[in-house]
Amino acid sequence: MIITVQGAPLFVYTGGRAFDAAKPTMLFVHGVLNDHSVWGLQSRYFAHHGWNVLVPDLPGHNRSGGAPPDSVEAAALSVIGLIDTMQIDRIVLIGHSFGSLIALEAASRIPDRVDRLALLGIAYPMRVSEALLESSVKAPEEAIRLVTRFSYSGLVAPPSALGPGTWLPGLGRALMRRVLASNPDHNPFYAGFLACDRYDGGAKAIGRVHCPILFVLGDEDQMTPAKGAKGLIDQAKSVQVLRLPVGHQMMSEAPDRVLEGLRVFVK
Amino acid sequence: MESLVGFDTLALHAGASPDSATGARAVPLYLSTSFVFKSSDHAAALFNLEQAGHVYSRISNPTNAVLEQRIAALEGGIGAIATASGQAALHLGITTLMGAGGHIVASTALYGGSHNLLDYTLRRFGIETSFVAPHDHAAWQAAIRPNTRLLFGETVGNPGMDVLDIAAISAIAHDAGVPLLVDSTMTTPWLIKPFELGADLIVHSATKFLSGHGTVVGGILVDGGSFDWERSGKFGELTEAYPGFHGMNFSEENTVGAFLLRARREGLRDFGACMSPHTAWLILQGIETLPLRMARHVSNAQAVVDFLATHPMVERIGHPSRPDHRSHELAQRLLPRGAGAVFSFDLRGTREQGKAFVENLQIFSHLANVGDCRSLVIHPASTTHFRMDDAALHAAGIGPGSIRLSIGLEDPEDLVQDLKRALKAAQRIGSSGASGAPSRASS
Repeated sequence: MIITVQGAPLFVYTGGRAFDAAKPTMLFVHGVLNDHSVWGLQSRYFAHHGWNVLVPDLPGHNRSGGAPPDSVEAAALSVIGLIDTMQIDRIVLIGHSFGSLIALEAASRIPDRVDRLALLGIAYPMRVSEALLESSVKAPEEAIRLVTRFSYSGLVAPPSALGPGTWLPGLGRALMRRVLASNPDHNPFYAGFLACDRYDGGAKAIGRVHCPILFVLGDEDQMTPAKGAKGLIDQAKSVQVLRLPVGHQMMSEAPDRVLEGLRVFVK
Repeated sequence: MESLVGFDTLALHAGASPDSATGARAVPLYLSTSFVFKSSDHAAALFNLEQAGHVYSRISNPTNAVLEQRIAALEGGIGAIATASGQAALHLGITTLMGAGGHIVASTALYGGSHNLLDYTLRRFGIETSFVAPHDHAAWQAAIRPNTRLLFGETVGNPGMDVLDIAAISAIAHDAGVPLLVDSTMTTPWLIKPFELGADLIVHSATKFLSGHGTVVGGILVDGGSFDWERSGKFGELTEAYPGFHGMNFSEENTVGAFLLRARREGLRDFGACMSPHTAWLILQGIETLPLRMARHVSNAQAVVDFLATHPMVERIGHPSRPDHRSHELAQRLLPRGAGAVFSFDLRGTREQGKAFVENLQIFSHLANVGDCRSLVIHPASTTHFRMDDAALHAAGIGPGSIRLSIGLEDPEDLVQDLKRALKAAQRIGSSGASGAPSRASS
């Protein structure tokens, strides 16, 4: 569905079910140059198991209009805008990579409305090399190649987003190309990386969050190595950590284990 | 990870690792029709695409999934579907994109079975095809209609070896808002990577070079994930809710994977032309040596071409390595490793001489297949392309007396000797005067 948030149309995937105000809601936030479809399996499951799911394409990404947020704070405001527009009192926030920083920042701004916070593939600070930032503008295909190279842990995948027979690196690369092509006026690749690199509110944000927090970290993650989450974990008030033997794109590399981790966490 | 490893490594490892239960290093063969659900909830989640996994081997199977990942990796695609044959893969690709009222623009340089499917069989079901010469870009453009849903050609046509200018034809397709599907059976990803040139979908008859040993029949349909079905606006099959599968809107469900989602969840489920896991396993054995075999196929083919070019009984050689082949320059550009090992040539002689040639070959086997590790020979006009009239044969680059060779992996000297012997036998018949003055052999 399309929801107008902050004056721009925001596409929101709902897992094949209409929004029902009587149900609890979870909101999933994707990472740099991704879109809602990276959450396909997990969000569709919850949508058919008693939850509303809201899975937006971030502004300026794929089906959503507007400019891509160039800061974590701006993206968090967009997420909160969606929650407000949908008149949701309490919510579970789940983010991946850039999306995990956004979820964290959003939770810190509305801590009394967030029941659970799940942060997947998070590191703080989330530094992006100058070379990659530059490539995302001047040589985006090369930057996509590098991100693909560092996002997966191996050459084998279980049945995943498209079912069996999915070649995950190819799927990830095709999605990044599509999202980049979706916005001829702005570069969501550069904007996202820049937002990650410049975000300095993580320590303050985690201190404001008082709901239980789940960290899902990949042992083989080369984009946001698991050790990069230690500072946040140490500061969090109520924390659980799930380590998985996979890379950065854990929702597709270990879809069932991510789902199980989330199921237990939100039970 | 993908770009950390090269093609040869992907051919051995993509999609497979040592079996976690047994430690088996080779890909296990899962000869099981069905797979046990963990619970009722798990069963429902699998059927509703809330979780991914195997349910029933018509839809997916663990051995087939390795093959699908491996081919997708080698082609640079997002995923693949293994099918009962190359023809089944082509049928699945077409019927996922259109029903009655749809229209295809296709190259004239096609395998006879594909031509038949398009020109006769699908027409019965309301899908029409216009055929155009592969090198005539204006004709491709002119043949597009408002109801066109697909452009289709072979990377290298069988057996005329017309090379498709994939970049140019894909640009025409994309301007019209439709995808380009290519059949890369003759080339395999070792010789050409169609997605890198602009193709959107690829089919293979895995029966040929991919399996490589003449032991199985199978096909593969690969999606590059590049075509934007929503932007096109012509593919409601992929962009609107489908009552036949939980009301799913496939392109909303997966931004770049809508085609494969529907192809598997509708076409494979309902038409049922799935691949046997045993077939998938055998094709995987072939793919493990694909780079080595293709290099030998190509070098052997060149040795044979070079020999035939010097022989007085040979009137024409239809191989793009020859400067007089109409795809010579294009092949030099698109196929630097070689244009493949299946080609035709015309004998300078009578029908009887053509027959004598085929029957006096000892190493080449006279049969209807290509891409075997053994060298093969056939007369296309009377066999694989027999439903085509003379005009269609001409358009496909096949003469009535053309002989098709599929060059295998034998010692090249032995292949040349075999051909030399058979040509001599044909020559003897000619010199006996039994068949009159030499002319082109005809069937």
